[in-house]
Amino acid sequence: MTETSRISTIEEHPILEYIRRDRLPHIFCSACGIGTVLQSFATALRSLNYDMDNMVIISGIGCTGRASGYFAADSYHTTHGRAIAFATGVKVANPKLKPVVISGDGDLFAIGGNHFIHAARRNVDMLVLCVNNFNYGMTGGQMGPTTPVSAITVTSPDGNIEHPFNLVSVAAASGAVFVARWTALHARRLTKSIEKALQKKGFTFIEVVSPCPTLYDRYNRHGTGLEVMKKYREISVIRNFSDPMQAEIDYRTRIVCGEFVDSEKPEFSDLLEEHGKKLQKGD
Amino acid sequence: MEKPILTGEMFTQGDIAAAEGALAAGCRFFAGYPITPATEIAERMAYRLPRIGGRYIQMEDEIASCTAVVGASYSGLKAMTATSGPGVSLMNETIGLAAMTEAPMVLVNVMRGGPSTGQPTEASQSDIMQAKWGSHGDYEIIALIPSSVQEMFDLTIRAFNLSEQYRVPTFVLADEIIGHMRERLIIPPEDELEIINRKKPTVPPEEYLPFKPETDLVPPMATFGEGYHFYATGLTHDQKGYPVMTDEAQLALVPRLCDKIRKNADKITQAESTETEDAEILLVAYGGEARTAMRAVKDARAEGMKIGLFRPISVWPFPKDQLKDAAANAQQVIVAELNYGQLVGEVERIIRNEVPVHFIPRVCGTPHTPDELMKEIRRRIK
Amino acid sequence: MTRTEIRLGGLGGQGIIKSAVIIGEAASIHDGKEAVQTASYGPESRGSACKAEVIISDTPVDYPLVLTPHIMVALSNDAFHKYKNDLGEGAIAIIDSDLVKAGKIKPGVQVYQVTAATTAHNVLKNPLVTNVVMLGAFTAITKIVTPEAMQKAIANAFPRYRELNLRAFDEGMKLGQEALEQSSKTK
Repeated sequence: MTETSRISTIEEHPILEYIRRDRLPHIFCSACGIGTVLQSFATALRSLNYDMDNMVIISGIGCTGRASGYFAADSYHTTHGRAIAFATGVKVANPKLKPVVISGDGDLFAIGGNHFIHAARRNVDMLVLCVNNFNYGMTGGQMGPTTPVSAITVTSPDGNIEHPFNLVSVAAASGAVFVARWTALHARRLTKSIEKALQKKGFTFIEVVSPCPTLYDRYNRHGTGLEVMKKYREISVIRNFSDPMQAEIDYRTRIVCGEFVDSEKPEFSDLLEEHGKKLQKGD
Repeated sequence: MEKPILTGEMFTQGDIAAAEGALAAGCRFFAGYPITPATEIAERMAYRLPRIGGRYIQMEDEIASCTAVVGASYSGLKAMTATSGPGVSLMNETIGLAAMTEAPMVLVNVMRGGPSTGQPTEASQSDIMQAKWGSHGDYEIIALIPSSVQEMFDLTIRAFNLSEQYRVPTFVLADEIIGHMRERLIIPPEDELEIINRKKPTVPPEEYLPFKPETDLVPPMATFGEGYHFYATGLTHDQKGYPVMTDEAQLALVPRLCDKIRKNADKITQAESTETEDAEILLVAYGGEARTAMRAVKDARAEGMKIGLFRPISVWPFPKDQLKDAAANAQQVIVAELNYGQLVGEVERIIRNEVPVHFIPRVCGTPHTPDELMKEIRRRIK
Repeated sequence: MTRTEIRLGGLGGQGIIKSAVIIGEAASIHDGKEAVQTASYGPESRGSACKAEVIISDTPVDYPLVLTPHIMVALSNDAFHKYKNDLGEGAIAIIDSDLVKAGKIKPGVQVYQVTAATTAHNVLKNPLVTNVVMLGAFTAITKIVTPEAMQKAIANAFPRYRELNLRAFDEGMKLGQEALEQSSKTK
């Protein structure tokens, strides 16, 4: 190949080496935030030159649950809510592996909520990337554990009356050693946080507030995906290391973004290994 | 480091024998949640595994336990959990996932009285059908039922072997009697144990199709971290492992998941026939209940009655040919179970209407007494 | 008779199950016989009624539960009176006379009274070994297991308190001998 012809060739998308090309096109709606999250994740892998032989990408059920299937990596699509329990088994069985769980708010915090808080409590090394679009998208837009009060969904047609979870506060209170929130607008900051989280050993959590223009944002008259992104720009404020309990998430007023927790704590598989070594020596 | 295989003799419980059988089979991962009457297995594993380089984790519930076992299995370790009926009820979701993604795993269910919380410290055999049909959809599992402490050990090893060979969740279905009773356990030297490991791929990663079966209908299994970069999903999938929602994909997958067990059933089924050759009455019993039946056979033979015992050791797949052989000369079949009627349906299905099949249920926490079985035998022989 | 059915009764915390396990191990591992041990208990670990059983046989044990005990060892009054009528003709009952008031018993049952709790307290200075004193008496009276096998099983059962428990066993053997002599005199 001559120098000229190389230049004239259209270059591949820079993250394509991390993607299962034979699975494209993907199933996600246009303007959905999942695309941004996957792109940021792949960009982080590329900038870290991550050894993909040591990573397992795991997801649960839902729109985001399909994420694991698009990466050219060891990957597993569990049943609804069980990605973190599966990831715990992976990490404990083979500590050289880094599990990455990519899933939605309903999967991780309703049906899978118990697994989330206990993996965080144990500090099992994994990155949990949660795409929070405030509803169950794949099943048609039902209310879930993050749906704001008074929001309209197909199962809260007259307005949601339940109090939602504040995910970063749940993660911090459960013991996660890295906790961040961004919106789908903050692609570069999100990428940086993913890079940081991947280099930490322990339970790390990143929430990404994401448009669902097909369902949630349409039911609630938020306009097109582009309009939702504009709104994110308008109402987002960055407050790194502010108290995650106070990290407001309100579409009418403001969304507090940033890295709230970045701490150190002994990691579970390391503790298990140390414990085993002591016992094997007969201590 | 302590020895993984404690060759020698010990006087111990069935639950402990199951744990030691697992370790002898090469199990190096256990995830579980406390539950009577299976907790002794977790306790033994919590003590033993870290001392031999294995991993023990107590999870937040049985759903997580079973799911972590599948994760560990896909990460290359032989893995198991142990529980009782209420725990299996929670695990059934993941048992379906393990069946669908063909994850080798062993699950010991030390059965207690149900439904619901039932009788935690009492024996029962009422999860026979739960083991077979617990999760949704069409699939097959393997289930083995021990009748002694020694068999808890032997059959746990066999459960691992079958699970690895066929990439299928495999149950050891013990009842509380066998789980908690103590007897002599003989653990043979390592070189006398037959251990089977899953087939590994022989092709390079770019040619590997994770769900392409070989002639035995079982695909070779790569594990995470080996560079194969494969995908597995609980959705209906093609040989690549990719989700495909077509009739063709479902037809290529689901019958194979069942047939890899059904068509290999002659290699899996296991049963024991005692004094059946000239038996006019054939008793059918398994697990702890089979020990009463064995006594009844001895007592009845002493009285000159022609009685034999058929003891299924694999209940799923059911040893139907062996049952037909054992019942060849029988004029009546009596099924005794520690439940209100479960495996008797399978026996009736196989015997058809050729001879009458009688059933003696027992829904309280100990096996029938020998006298109770003798009474039924005398009543039927007249 | 090749099948001997043994029932031990008392309260949770007295070491009833442990005693049954020791008898089972002595018989099956050290004496080379067949043995099965089972137990039943309430949800409380301390103070509830507790029953443990051992079946010893020259041939493999089929039905694993006790139907008509040949031997009963009772460490509580409640247990003795609850189970005394299950005993068959020719059965023996070994009771701690400090803890159990035997009262009337059906004919054909031989009762041996030993002072296990008092001996544990006064001689061994440790009430926790009452059950092992009882095991000594049981061994001397029934001869269903050999003293050597019992000593091995006791040593395995109490690795940290081996010496104390072996002494308790010896004291119990003496009590058992005395009870046997007493009983032959009264006959």
